[in-house]
Amino acid sequence: MTQKLIGVAPSRRAVLKGAGAGLLAAGFAAPVWAQAAPVKLGFQLHRTGIGAAYGRWYERTAQAALKVVNDAGGINGRPVEIVFEDDGTDPKRGAEVVEKLTSQHNCDLIFGPLFSHVVIGSAPRAGELKVPYLVCSEGFHVAGGMLNRWTMQPGITDVRAQVSSMAPWVLANLGKKVTMVFPDYAFGHDHRDFFTAAVEAGGGEVIAQIAVPPTETSFTRYLPQIPRETEVLYHVMVGPAVLTFVKELGEFYGTGAKPQIFGFIDSLEAVDIASPGLEFLEGTHFWEGHCRAQQADASEHEIAYRAAVGVDANGASVSDAKDVSTYAHMFSVWETLHIIKAGMEASRYQGTADRQKFVEAVEAMTDMPESLAHVQGDKVFNGKTHQVFGHQFISKVEGGKLVKVHTTSIEDSMYADAVDYTTQSF
Amino acid sequence: MSFGPFLLLAVLEGTVMAAVLALTAVGLSLVFGVMRVVNVAHGEFYMLGAVIAWFVTYYLPFPPALVWLAALIIAPLIVALIAALTDTLVLKRLNYDPEATIVATIGLLYMLQQAALTFYGPDARPVVAPFEWRIQLPWFGYSGYKLFVVVAAVVILAAVWLFMTRSKAGLVMRATQVDRDTAQAFGINVDRVYAGTFALGGALAAAAAVLIVPIQQAHYLMGHDPLLLSFIVVIIGGLGSIRGTLVAALVIGLSDGIISMFFSPTLAKIIATLLVALVLVFRPQGLFGAKA
Repeated sequence: MTQKLIGVAPSRRAVLKGAGAGLLAAGFAAPVWAQAAPVKLGFQLHRTGIGAAYGRWYERTAQAALKVVNDAGGINGRPVEIVFEDDGTDPKRGAEVVEKLTSQHNCDLIFGPLFSHVVIGSAPRAGELKVPYLVCSEGFHVAGGMLNRWTMQPGITDVRAQVSSMAPWVLANLGKKVTMVFPDYAFGHDHRDFFTAAVEAGGGEVIAQIAVPPTETSFTRYLPQIPRETEVLYHVMVGPAVLTFVKELGEFYGTGAKPQIFGFIDSLEAVDIASPGLEFLEGTHFWEGHCRAQQADASEHEIAYRAAVGVDANGASVSDAKDVSTYAHMFSVWETLHIIKAGMEASRYQGTADRQKFVEAVEAMTDMPESLAHVQGDKVFNGKTHQVFGHQFISKVEGGKLVKVHTTSIEDSMYADAVDYTTQSF
Repeated sequence: MSFGPFLLLAVLEGTVMAAVLALTAVGLSLVFGVMRVVNVAHGEFYMLGAVIAWFVTYYLPFPPALVWLAALIIAPLIVALIAALTDTLVLKRLNYDPEATIVATIGLLYMLQQAALTFYGPDARPVVAPFEWRIQLPWFGYSGYKLFVVVAAVVILAAVWLFMTRSKAGLVMRATQVDRDTAQAFGINVDRVYAGTFALGGALAAAAAVLIVPIQQAHYLMGHDPLLLSFIVVIIGGLGSIRGTLVAALVIGLSDGIISMFFSPTLAKIIATLLVALVLVFRPQGLFGAKA
């Protein structure tokens, strides 16, 4: 059998012609592309430092949401791109990242930071630069009036709303005498203040408050401070040592008598609930912002979201079952990106000169019904306080899985406005 | 919880801390005593030990006990190798000049930390304990593994003690510590002694980390606290004095355990730091250090 390979190879002339044609085509195409310059979104990411586990999943969620938005035609017909910048979960670097994304990368706006001390450290810079700053932070500092007109939290509910809506259920089902263990910084202080207030309003009593530095690596020494008469142990912990915290809690109580345990899933985000040493969690309860394990009544939107981000029914990565997600929080990134799209389209956003119009468009939002844009559930946005309100879930560990046992209503989580940002000047 | 059990738990926690601290600090103290090098990167050797332990336990297909034992051998060996290389390639070329070596080890600290961040990642990852055994006391439960950590640390420290006092290599090291020039005149290869000492210091830090990593998790920033505490211990005990280091580790570990449980962990740190200041003012050579 013979093959005439020589005849198939392109001649030099053909190659040159082809290259020339390509150059011409590119030359003509360029102006067309320039008209649809991409919308550039800055993402302040906790890629390293104590928030790294969240950062890893926030980046994945943002990429998945970006793909969905771009596949549907982008924003105002323009493609969207995201510039990720690591802030090391450090407030000082956070402010620098805000500066860099705004001044060097010329991003239209910034979103994504979670840790409250970083948000509180960075938001003033965003206000000075007059760049919209959409945080996914949970803290009460947005709705509490501490920040500014440019800072908004439309993608996740705040701690005050979360704890006050769940306190009645905890008091009715678990017990009245509560001991709290929480991280000793802004986020933990919100838990301390608002849960204590909600418990007292509900006829219960917080008998001890145990503050733990968020960089702590050993916890047994704090546990004897839990009073013996405690009926409910309320725990919320963050940082790289959360697994140690829960493990040592288990060792401390061992097989002996223990109180009812109600935890924020933050204490176990990115940690496999079936890890050795966590067996004692069986039968305890957790708050979840979004149920890690796929529930029987999961909506089609939630299932689509789970698949898009690459999370399996147990809440771990589809490519690595040991890589557990920060599922209870990361929906906020997905929803925030969709709100950015809605806000930019409502304000016919063209460029950085329209930043103020964008903020006003988001402030005008109210009802956000459950959809592919709002996969966690229905929400109501309060434009005056820049804060969104939504449902909270309480799950019970059954057979090593988190099973939803209670959903709070949006009304349960509402409180009187503490600030009206719309009266502040831009 | 009533006073008795409370104190018992505080002492248990303090002892675990003292044991691990002693291992880490003895490494630092040895390096200073023999080489007169203040190794600021010592905490990163500790961190590397934990990170390597994670790689070993994650990738070797043995049961937990065996794989952990493998980590206890492999991690200190690799860290020792890195330390020996650092000594020959960096510290030796600086002629062990005190200021230069401090700056060089600060540089090393960042290089090791960033290398861990690049190749291992920013996450805290758990290492399975060699065994799961919980002691249930009437008042509280306690991890049996933590008690094992104390025993293992004591065994390793005893081995180091024997090595320093009974073996020829230990004798050579002590001779170099007393007078480097005379030792060299007697035909001791000082370069090898220095490389060996730096390697041993790193290996001890790594061994401490392998012991602790099933309790805490391996994380690229975990070297900071042990470094600080080791310095506190070594300064109080007297730079270069192994006995002083052990005593100081016990004092700091126990007082930290007890004070942080009865009062607050922050107060424990304040008192430890205050102790350092007092020692520096009234007895600059440390409790057991020889007068310079």
